Amino acid sequence: MLRVDRLAKRFGGYQALAGVDLAVEPGSVHAVIGPNGAGKTTLFNVITGILPPTEGDVSLEGRDITGWRADRVTRAGIARTFQQVRLFRGMSALENVMVGRHARTRSGFGAALIRPPFHERGEEAETRRRARELLELVGLGARAQTSGGDLTLVEQRRLEVARALASDPRLLLLDEPAGGMNPVEVEDLNQLIRKIRETGVTVLLVEHHMRLVMRVSDVVTVLDAGRVIATGSPDIVRRDPRVIAAYLGRDA
Amino acid sequence: MLDSYGESVLVFLGINMVLALSLYLPISAGQLSLGHGGFMAIGAYVTVICTTWLGWPLVAGLAGGGLAAALAGAVVGFPALRIKGIYLIILTMGFGEIVRIFFLNFEPTGGASGIGGIRHLTTLPLVMGVAALMLLCLMRFRGARIGRALRAVQEDEVAAEAMGVNLTRVKVAAFALGALGAGIGGGLYAHQALFIDPGQFGFFRSAEIFLIVVLGGLGTYWGPVVGAAVVTLLPEMLRFVQDWRMTVFGSLLVLCAVLRPAGLLSGRRPAA
Repeated sequence: MLRVDRLAKRFGGYQALAGVDLAVEPGSVHAVIGPNGAGKTTLFNVITGILPPTEGDVSLEGRDITGWRADRVTRAGIARTFQQVRLFRGMSALENVMVGRHARTRSGFGAALIRPPFHERGEEAETRRRARELLELVGLGARAQTSGGDLTLVEQRRLEVARALASDPRLLLLDEPAGGMNPVEVEDLNQLIRKIRETGVTVLLVEHHMRLVMRVSDVVTVLDAGRVIATGSPDIVRRDPRVIAAYLGRDA
Repeated sequence: MLDSYGESVLVFLGINMVLALSLYLPISAGQLSLGHGGFMAIGAYVTVICTTWLGWPLVAGLAGGGLAAALAGAVVGFPALRIKGIYLIILTMGFGEIVRIFFLNFEPTGGASGIGGIRHLTTLPLVMGVAALMLLCLMRFRGARIGRALRAVQEDEVAAEAMGVNLTRVKVAAFALGALGAGIGGGLYAHQALFIDPGQFGFFRSAEIFLIVVLGGLGTYWGPVVGAAVVTLLPEMLRFVQDWRMTVFGSLLVLCAVLRPAGLLSGRRPAA
């Protein structure tokens, strides 16, 4: 599905990623964990084209996408959410998700002018229908007209998931989706990720919430100081002495 | 009916609306421009060349002037991709000056002495028709895919690009379409003023158009319309104070900025 080979990213003298290898299986939920500063968000930013890599390759379903611009990566089938929520705050929840359809729709300036007034059809009607469906999926059906900036943080995180799904991704990257959630909300998120996987979308997530990671993931990769120190099923990774050392200190 | 003074004021009001509406598009995609006078100049000169020298009808001339300005807009749009905010303002100011100085030294169009003897072809219905058409276009864009993309780019470029929005295409298109409108506005202006020289399209013209948009408010496309009305009509209504006219006008603008910092047509006041 997604292959990352020897991926490196340097910021001046700081080595954020030092040769990361990662293979995400199709249909799986794959978690990336690691202490703060391990390079998890940088990894996401390089995969999605927000940052160019210093070295290494990224490929999606056998297609090399290394260094592609973010909008092309999205069109290739990868969508993401952001750790620091980046909604279009002045636009309604529905409009946010409709923007998410951008990669899969075509109408430009000309089509905007000749579309019939008062009544949507074709692509625009389809965009709206699909956006409503996704709002229902993430439990924001009743908040469609609320502007992004007026939603609670938890609702904003869910809206980001809906917006990302709107681009019909084959791989969904979630960057700390449980941030700021209480246990009930984390459980809802767990259910949501399972539902998303059932629709055939592969999920790669960065998360600090260990209970969620252990319950939802098929594979866990542990990153420390820009390197992969362990990869495997949650149970195996949990017992790995290098992982325990990375989290609790070298002498633990 | 209107006397010729009243009609001419309304024609200039319409021209200001056209110019402000055309600047509204790039600004609504987050691209602040203080070089709109430059696009207006290109439109004015090219339109006049088409109508006066080549004998084209005005509408064909406006199309020519608009397209020439749009082309210049696309060319300026590319370097403008990499910078924003105050730096983009400086770049566009520089562009406006380049255009002004080009025409100042370009002898075929009269250099500093400009072009006179332009026929009076701009009419009130034509100007208002163009302004209404542009307003209609903006309304149509807003609720459509492309308008949503523009607003998304204005709100958060990184997130917009992550949604598959091609930033280059959207921003260059917004800039070029804005320049197209300014070029048409320039053509209409030339056939109302009947004489053009480079000085009419300098920094103060750009600043005036910018002022109209900001004064009206960026929240809605009615902002430029209201802003144009205030900036065009207010100095006319202040003629009774004679020499103090522009001083009073300036003071009223300062008052607007204090009382409605986000523009006349903004419901909310920015948080203190």
